[in-house]
Amino acid sequence: MTAVTPDVAHADVRKSGRFLFRAAIVFLCAWVLVPIYFLLINTLSSPETVNAFPKSFIPEFDMGSLTFFANFAGMLTALKNSVIVACLTMVLSIAFGAPAGYALSRFDFRGKELFRVLILLTRAFPLPLLALPLAVLFIRTGLDDTLLGLALVHTTLAIPFAVLITFSLFSGIPIELEEAAWTLGCTRFTAFTKVVLPLIAPGIAASAIFAFVISWNEVFAAAVLTIQNRTLPAFLLQSLGTSPLHLKFAGGFILVVPALVFIFAVRKYLFAMWGIANR
Amino acid sequence: MAQIRIKNVAKRFGAYQALHSINLDVADQEFMVLLGASGCGKTTLLRIIAGLETPSEGEVWIGDRRVDHLAPRDRGIAMVFQNYAVFPHLTVFENIAFGLRMAKMDNALVTKRVERTAELMHIEQLLKRYSGELSGGQRQRVAVARALAMEPDVILMDEPLSNLDALLRLEMRAELKGVLAESKTTAIYVTHDQVEAMSLADRISVMHQGRIVQAASPIEVYRNPAARFVASFIGNPPMNFLPATSHGNGQWSVAGQTFNGPATQKPLEFAIRPEDLSPADQGLKATARVVEPLGAHLLVTCDVEGASFRAVLDSDLTVRPGDILTLAPQPDRIRWFDPETTQAVA
Repeated sequence: MTAVTPDVAHADVRKSGRFLFRAAIVFLCAWVLVPIYFLLINTLSSPETVNAFPKSFIPEFDMGSLTFFANFAGMLTALKNSVIVACLTMVLSIAFGAPAGYALSRFDFRGKELFRVLILLTRAFPLPLLALPLAVLFIRTGLDDTLLGLALVHTTLAIPFAVLITFSLFSGIPIELEEAAWTLGCTRFTAFTKVVLPLIAPGIAASAIFAFVISWNEVFAAAVLTIQNRTLPAFLLQSLGTSPLHLKFAGGFILVVPALVFIFAVRKYLFAMWGIANR
Repeated sequence: MAQIRIKNVAKRFGAYQALHSINLDVADQEFMVLLGASGCGKTTLLRIIAGLETPSEGEVWIGDRRVDHLAPRDRGIAMVFQNYAVFPHLTVFENIAFGLRMAKMDNALVTKRVERTAELMHIEQLLKRYSGELSGGQRQRVAVARALAMEPDVILMDEPLSNLDALLRLEMRAELKGVLAESKTTAIYVTHDQVEAMSLADRISVMHQGRIVQAASPIEVYRNPAARFVASFIGNPPMNFLPATSHGNGQWSVAGQTFNGPATQKPLEFAIRPEDLSPADQGLKATARVVEPLGAHLLVTCDVEGASFRAVLDSDLTVRPGDILTLAPQPDRIRWFDPETTQAVA
């Protein structure tokens, strides 16, 4: 009989452990989801309901706030600007980041480890610190208030991630596949396009989307460096400060949703990148 | 014609000397096996021939062309990798066709060539599959078929069977030998498995610490090892060694027994293969330590004057640990090595 007691105690510990584990999961999910849910409700509510108390937990599907935004002057231009800048950022960061990732994974060179740390360090400079000198420089070179100029700034923000993600992608492709292609008549370049590229295309797409999201969400540089050609976040920041509450909610919602959708689509690759970055 | 000539090839990785001045000739259509323990430089040598590695010094010739500065694709070689390197995004058909398509071969010809090679490797029913849907043995077949489809002058194989299980390895070994003999291709095959080497090779190059110690036919390598390393590496179990002292006139004393040997005064080592020993009235006094009945024969590990000594005996014999055996070496199978130079002495 004595042998049974520790078993029961053990089962109890395990049970409470499992409860704690589940509670933690519920808490963390709520931490992220509840604010987004409120954002959703308030976006889809009429201005009166937004300001009323107590709150309803069921959206009433009032499209008033969203329709207002759709017709808001400059809104569509800002949206278009955002898309253009984000696409430029995407193309530039992959064009520069992917070759760097390939080099990091395939070649040994002096200072390789240092280079990897430096890539991460570029994220250590706060953007406000860089924004003023950049603004001055951009005005001198005529890049100020242009979409290309902003895309360049966003590219510098996105490149570290592009490099690290593609580095981990390339490292996942055995070098023997490339070597086999070389012996079968490929040059270094055709081996890349015919063997490596098809294998990492989904990952490249993911890292491109991530660059897109970084640009999409970036507001500080956009607000400092552009005046006429504002991107959506900068435009909303400027307009929403003085707007009523229900419009603030709707604006926030418009910003959050695309980013959420994109990040969800590429989550697998972000984990891969963090796995590498933590090594 | 695709004989291979390797002249004074050396390879350094930083301060580490992987290959020391290698010289090797492989005849047209010869099956050459590079045999050695891991880290002996055999794969490096193969990769230098393939063009995946550049030699620090020396020349590589294939046929009458010097190739050591050419890209792999310009050397007329095909290679089979240890982990197969079957392209995961292509079907088996497209894998085998890959090299032919790169060579811009006519479509109908590609189909014909792929089907014929697939048939040769018995994978014609797998042509539509992807590598993820294949077993290790099937991937191996695809890798070999992909190399053969190129109809290369030289086929290079880097431990192609080492990832297969034992039974499959035996089967693939026999099949490879047949297929390659038929294809009339010069082959260089890297392995650390001496049985594989013995069974496949026309000639074996035994490598040790970045040098080729001996390059000869399998039976020659087995019977007449050129160096002590070869004698102790080839054979399962390997050769036995005992110190010998000279009495002059080619008479040598080994563990209290007198044998005829080389006419030199330097101290030598006496060497004999375990299977070249048999119980007799006259011979080496050996105390049995471990007796292993292996079915076909009896492996007895004994003690001769404090040195470990193995004998492969008839399985009908009854030997118990502690028994004292008198083992007579077959006289024409005795070999002598100089312990200083480690070279064989005739």
